[in-house]
Amino acid sequence: MIENRPWLTVFSHAMLIAGIAVIALPLYITFVASTHTLDEIVQVPMPLTPGDHFWENYSQVLTAGTQRGAAAPVGRMMLNSLVMAVVIAVGKIAISIIASFAIVYFRFPLRNFFFWMIFVTLMLPVEVRIIPTFKVVSDLGMLNSYVGLTLPLIASATATFLFRQFFLTVPDELAEAARIDGAGPMRFFKDVLLPLSKTSMAALFVIQFIYGWNQYLWPLLITTEESMYTAVIGIKRMVTGGDALTEWHLVTATAMLALLPPALVIVLMQKWFVKGLVETEK
Amino acid sequence: MEKRVVFRSRWLPYALLAPQIVVTVVFFFWPAFQAAWFSFQLQDAFGLRSEFVGLANFVHLFRDEYYLNSFKVTAVFSVLVAATGISVALLLATMADRVLRGALAYKTLLIWPYAVAPAVAGVLWGFLFAPSVGIVTYALRQTGYEWNYVLNGDQAMVLVVLASTWKQISYNFLFFLAGLQSIPRSLIEAAAIDGAGPTRRFWTIVFPLLSPTTFFLLVVNIVYAFFETFGVIDATTQGGPGQATQILVYKVYHDGVKSADLGGSSAQSVVLMAIVIALTVAQFRFVERKVQY
Repeated sequence: MIENRPWLTVFSHAMLIAGIAVIALPLYITFVASTHTLDEIVQVPMPLTPGDHFWENYSQVLTAGTQRGAAAPVGRMMLNSLVMAVVIAVGKIAISIIASFAIVYFRFPLRNFFFWMIFVTLMLPVEVRIIPTFKVVSDLGMLNSYVGLTLPLIASATATFLFRQFFLTVPDELAEAARIDGAGPMRFFKDVLLPLSKTSMAALFVIQFIYGWNQYLWPLLITTEESMYTAVIGIKRMVTGGDALTEWHLVTATAMLALLPPALVIVLMQKWFVKGLVETEK
Repeated sequence: MEKRVVFRSRWLPYALLAPQIVVTVVFFFWPAFQAAWFSFQLQDAFGLRSEFVGLANFVHLFRDEYYLNSFKVTAVFSVLVAATGISVALLLATMADRVLRGALAYKTLLIWPYAVAPAVAGVLWGFLFAPSVGIVTYALRQTGYEWNYVLNGDQAMVLVVLASTWKQISYNFLFFLAGLQSIPRSLIEAAAIDGAGPTRRFWTIVFPLLSPTTFFLLVVNIVYAFFETFGVIDATTQGGPGQATQILVYKVYHDGVKSADLGGSSAQSVVLMAIVIALTVAQFRFVERKVQY
């Protein structure tokens, strides 16, 4: 604290609390709506305190889905989201860490070419090559499958960069000592580099888990069967045209379920999350 | 920077790189190449035959009033998202940097929206502002303001900007807070001793020192508004009413998937790739500057 200005401190707290209140408003209203019946919500204005239909609404969406929109149970969708998020996060970390190991610890022809090849993928997000990527995946027969959901998103320039930067800071003496002791490259990778990379891996996992869980356009394109919907797609399918027809009590319950896992990951693993965010942007 | 100590093997590095390279070639380069190829082709209505038409798709595209309008919509949208997100986050971060008590609690309560998927953010805000059941719609009506984003293009834009900004504030906040905490206290103290008040100190010392962070966030927020807000738009306005919220990425999807116009959609993809490349270069130019700074 530079100087004591009590009013400025009070003002700061007031601004922060106001900011938090505005940011939390949509979440609170969504939660309230998810604990009422549809009839209570469409009464204008809707109630502003939680009702007593919490278990009813949540157990209905988890096991049965909605009546007018998507009829698939949200429990199944959350499982799909979980598979997608974990496979993408683990897959990205796995293929990126070995790729950067090759780039940093070996000299071989075309090394720079491969590095730039990975780098350029930063400039090709799914959103700009929607139709051709869809065609490739459909030609490979991967529609409506976990492979199709995850494999195309697994390449990662950011993760490869992160590990490359990290490996460059690992002292050369470690590799030298390993070589003198007769350890081969894979032995060195497994016993020295992997344990050293643990914190970077944890940070990347948090970021990539959220990335995988929140994917929207890609699953929207390649899943046509309700049993393969992810939670984020499911909720969109429930908002059936015209807001008077939408079963808002179930939609809001699904929204709460869809945002809870990634929000918990961020809040509980805050330290890794912040580290991951800052490092992937370097 | 290079390693002095390296391992030797004829095949191992290629084997280690193989998974990443295979995925990259199959799912990135091949589709990108196809997008470029299709953009020079015209397909018949059934997708059976296609002929080479040169730059006709591009010429057609830039004569298309709707496409040019989509550029304008994207520009307005991304400027609004970036400006709102950055200023609100800077204000909150400055406040959070000042307070000692409860700093961690404030931080935790401000970062969770980052975890919310854009499509879910769209549904949350769409529900608040829903024309018939929305609680904010009701409050606005009480004050005499008629709100219906399904019919009014400007209101639809306000809604998608709100939902998109809301999600991005946590990200901006974290970077500003980190930036503020790295400013040496001695500078601020010196200014305080010289008699500069908090506002003056902010504009003459803190804000200029934060400019690399601000510039970085500007690029990131524009990239975000261009590409990652697809879910927000699809879950709320779906580009409507009319073309009022049809940003470029949404139009690629709409023309390619819903209208099955392969050539036109691919030409749009190529234009978008050019934009991403420009933005990425801008971002990396900044990284160089940060190092000097």
